[in-house]
Amino acid sequence: MSQLFSNANKQVFMAPLNLDHPILIQVLGICSALAVTAQLEPAIVMGLSVTVITAFSNVIISLIRKTIPNRIRIIIQLVVVAALVTIVSMILKAFAYDVSVKLSVYVGLIITNCILMGRLEAFAMMNGPWESFLDGVGNGLGYAYILVIIGAVREFFGAGTLLGITIIPQSAYDAGYVNNGMMTMPAMAMILLGCVIWAHRAINKEGTK
Amino acid sequence: MKINTNSNTYTILYACGVVIIVAFLLAYVSSALKAPSEANERIDQQKQILASLNLRPDKKDVEAKFKEVVVADPIVDTTGAELKADGGFNVARKEIAATNLPVYVCNVDGETKYVLPLVGKGLWGTIWGYLAINDDCETIYGAYFSHESETAGLGALIADQPFQDKFKGKKIHDGAGNYLKVVKFGAKQDNPDIECDGISGATLTINGVSSMLHDYLKMYQNYLLSKKK
Repeated sequence: MSQLFSNANKQVFMAPLNLDHPILIQVLGICSALAVTAQLEPAIVMGLSVTVITAFSNVIISLIRKTIPNRIRIIIQLVVVAALVTIVSMILKAFAYDVSVKLSVYVGLIITNCILMGRLEAFAMMNGPWESFLDGVGNGLGYAYILVIIGAVREFFGAGTLLGITIIPQSAYDAGYVNNGMMTMPAMAMILLGCVIWAHRAINKEGTK
Repeated sequence: MKINTNSNTYTILYACGVVIIVAFLLAYVSSALKAPSEANERIDQQKQILASLNLRPDKKDVEAKFKEVVVADPIVDTTGAELKADGGFNVARKEIAATNLPVYVCNVDGETKYVLPLVGKGLWGTIWGYLAINDDCETIYGAYFSHESETAGLGALIADQPFQDKFKGKKIHDGAGNYLKVVKFGAKQDNPDIECDGISGATLTINGVSSMLHDYLKMYQNYLLSKKK
C-alpha cells in the first residue's frame, strides 16, 4: 500500500496539476478548452469525460505496452482512445442528452485532444498501469479545473448565471447592469485563458523547471 | 518463448485482433444503450414541437403533454393531398421532401393548430424549426427554431425565446405572393404583417431562416388552403 502512494507516485499525480500542467505549461488541448466553456455545466462534463478517458486509455495502453508492435503503436493508441471516446459519447447520449447536445462534436474531438495522445506516447508506453492511471487522472483533472474556472467566469459574466441558476439579482439589471455578450464568444475564452496562464506563470516564476 | 513483436505477421495479427475486440465492444455498448438514447431523441423532438405551441413543460412531463396535445400526424404532399393518415412523427428531418411532408395537428385549449416542420441552412450548418399556425391557416400561433452550429451570441439567438416570440400573430403570406420573412434588425417594415424583426449581427443566419420559411410555406400552401375554413 505504501508503495502505491510513494513520493514518486505522488509526484506523477501532482505534477500535471501545477508545474507540468497540460494546458498552463504545455499549452495542449486548447481547442476544446475554448469551445465548450461558454457555460459551466458542459465544461464540467467535458473535464470529467477527458479525465475518465485519459485515465483508462493510459491504463489500457500501459497494460498492453509490451505487446504493441512498435511500427503501429500510434494506430493502436488511437484505436483505444477512439473506442473509449465513442463509449463515453454513447453513455452521455443515453443519460445526459441535453449536455451531449451542448458538447456536440467536441466529445468526438476528444480523440484528437493532444493531451491524450501526448500522455499515451510519453508516459503510458513506458510506465506501469498504476502510475499511468495516476498520470491520466492528474492530467485529466488539470485540464478539468481550468475548464471549470473559465466556464464559471464566462457563464457568470456572460449570462449572470452559474449552472443555469441565476446569480445576479434582477435588481442589478434594473439598476442598469448588462450581461457581457463578449463572454459567450470563443475569443473571450482565449483572452481569459491567456490571463490564467499569465497568473500561473507569474506565481511560479521561481519554480519553473 | 520470446515473440518478435516487430515481425510483419505479428503486426498484422495484432492489428486484426485489436480491431475485432474493439468492434465487438462498441457494438455491444451501442445496442445496450440504444433504448434510452432513442427515447431521449424522441423526447427532444416532442419538446421542440411543444415549444412551437408555446408550451414548455418540464422534461419529465413532455411525453404526457405531447400525447394530450397532438391529435394526428398525417403526411401530405405539395398538392395538399393527404398521403398517409399517420406516421408523420417518424419522418426524420433529412427525409422531409415535397412528397413527404409531415404535419402535426394539435389541439390546444380546444383550438386546432397545425405545426409544420421546417429545415434549412444557416451560416455554418443546418437550422430547423417548427411553426404553429392557427386554424384560420394564416396566423402564426408560435414558432420554435434551433440550429446545429450557428455563432454563439449571434446566429445562435434564433434558438432563444425572445426571437421566437416575435413571430406570434404574424401572417404566413400577404396574399400577393410574398411569404413571411425576417428582415434586418430595426429596419423599417413595409409590410409588418409578414415581416419579422431580425437579430443584429446575424444577417446570414436570418437569411437562412427567411429562405427556409419561404420554401416550406410554399410547399405546405395547398395543404393549408384545403384546411382553411
